Amino acid sequence: MPALTAVARTSEGFLERVEDWDRDLALSLATEAGIPELTDRHWLVVDYMRNTFLTKGDGPTIRTLGKESGVGIKELYLLFPKGPAKLAAKIAGIPKPHGCI
Amino acid sequence: MKHLVILGAGTAGTVMANRLARRYKAELRSKATQITLVDQDAVHLYQPGLLFIPFGDYTREQVLQPRAAHVNKAVRYVHSAIEHLDPATDTVRLANGERISYDLCIIATGSRIAPEETEGMTGAGWQEKVFDFYTLGGAEKLATAMANFAGGTLAINVVEMPIKCPVAPLEFAFLADAYFTKRGIRPRVRIVYVTPLDGAFTKPASSKSLGALLDTKGIELETEFSTGRVDGAAGELVSWDERRIAFDLLVTIPAHKGAAFLADVPGLTNEMGFVHTDPRTLQAKLKTNLFVIGDATDVPASKAGSVAHFQAEVLDENVRRFLDGEPLEPGFDGHANCFIETGHDKALLIDFNYETEPLPGNFPFAWGPLPLLKESRLNHLGKLAFRHIYWNALLPGYDFPGIPPQMQRTGKIVPAEVARA
Repeated sequence: MPALTAVARTSEGFLERVEDWDRDLALSLATEAGIPELTDRHWLVVDYMRNTFLTKGDGPTIRTLGKESGVGIKELYLLFPKGPAKLAAKIAGIPKPHGCI
Repeated sequence: MKHLVILGAGTAGTVMANRLARRYKAELRSKATQITLVDQDAVHLYQPGLLFIPFGDYTREQVLQPRAAHVNKAVRYVHSAIEHLDPATDTVRLANGERISYDLCIIATGSRIAPEETEGMTGAGWQEKVFDFYTLGGAEKLATAMANFAGGTLAINVVEMPIKCPVAPLEFAFLADAYFTKRGIRPRVRIVYVTPLDGAFTKPASSKSLGALLDTKGIELETEFSTGRVDGAAGELVSWDERRIAFDLLVTIPAHKGAAFLADVPGLTNEMGFVHTDPRTLQAKLKTNLFVIGDATDVPASKAGSVAHFQAEVLDENVRRFLDGEPLEPGFDGHANCFIETGHDKALLIDFNYETEPLPGNFPFAWGPLPLLKESRLNHLGKLAFRHIYWNALLPGYDFPGIPPQMQRTGKIVPAEVARA
């Protein structure tokens, strides 16, 4: 697995540059976040996040994820504990979703 | 003739109507310009007052006034629900049958709570054990429940962001602590604050200060709790990852949505019905002659009256620029300014924008008089005085001397790493 020290990241661990990401790096990011293995279900979400960001310029919210990624909200919380939208964004190499204030 | 239509006569819509009526005073008189303001309700609700109703401090009469009384007489005010917006033909269809064509439309339809979005919330126990205080009816029913509460667990829960006035649920927790202390039953009441955020608030410095304040007042904090369902009969709040919190009384801030008719316009809004909006110019992303102000936008600023006030100064100028064919001014910086009631006649004040988090210091000048991010009696008096300022200066759309729309760093204690940025 590639070392995470080789890429620029924010203080919260999100990639500074979207283009630094590849699928091997996703595995490193997942391991760091306490997810030892990325299953097909994880990848479904990660790919959906990344594609949404690349086409729309912003990552989807948990609500959109639950409706459109093919993985329901409950399962999202099992796959990406605590904050699925935030954690999946990190693993997908896209910026932290626009946290609403 | 130029026709400007404003949808919604809440804080943002009323302020915009009054500002534009002053700007285009001569044109309105000569009928070169017409301004139409539409709203479905005849009464204007002073929303910051809702917080005080559950504690018996404010009554219905103190927070309601007729809408039309606060609108400039040169504006045509139409009392009707809005059925459809058609950006392709620049028309709005109202429930009263009227069709309005516009040259420029300002969307100011706000946000509303959607308790039906959460499984079980409006089922057994709704408005018996489970209450909101974001509606007048909800706040009034909660007042009765609070007065009858003899002890047990009071849970205060934010379902998801964004919500109107993101500090209001924290204020409710602080005021509940003071209220039960005054009633002499505080030792028999457990207060739990349940939030989907990873701290008491959204940004680090204020999250730390407000978290410490919760701790001082003996209010428990449950973070990263995403509400999956509510079981009112059993008195249980259940998260998506199956954490459970038992309650005897739940004060919930349900999910929020934009006006329903907006979500029917393809490409206009996000999945919650908030309009895709340029965060600096306040122009809708869908079409150039659509503008958005207040809670109706999807910009990452607080949904608060102060934000609508600051946006209005920028949008007033951008409406003129658009009508005169000039480039828009990217003048809005996300500026918000909020008093936070902390109980026992004290309050905090926070002042922040898109880039700068709420910081300690003084406001609006380096010497004060109001301290930032620190409890004081003067801030509490400021919050109480605000009701009169709201009706008499904010709604008419006057600028506040010494408080420009863009956030100022004067008086703020800026940490070194922020100052360098």
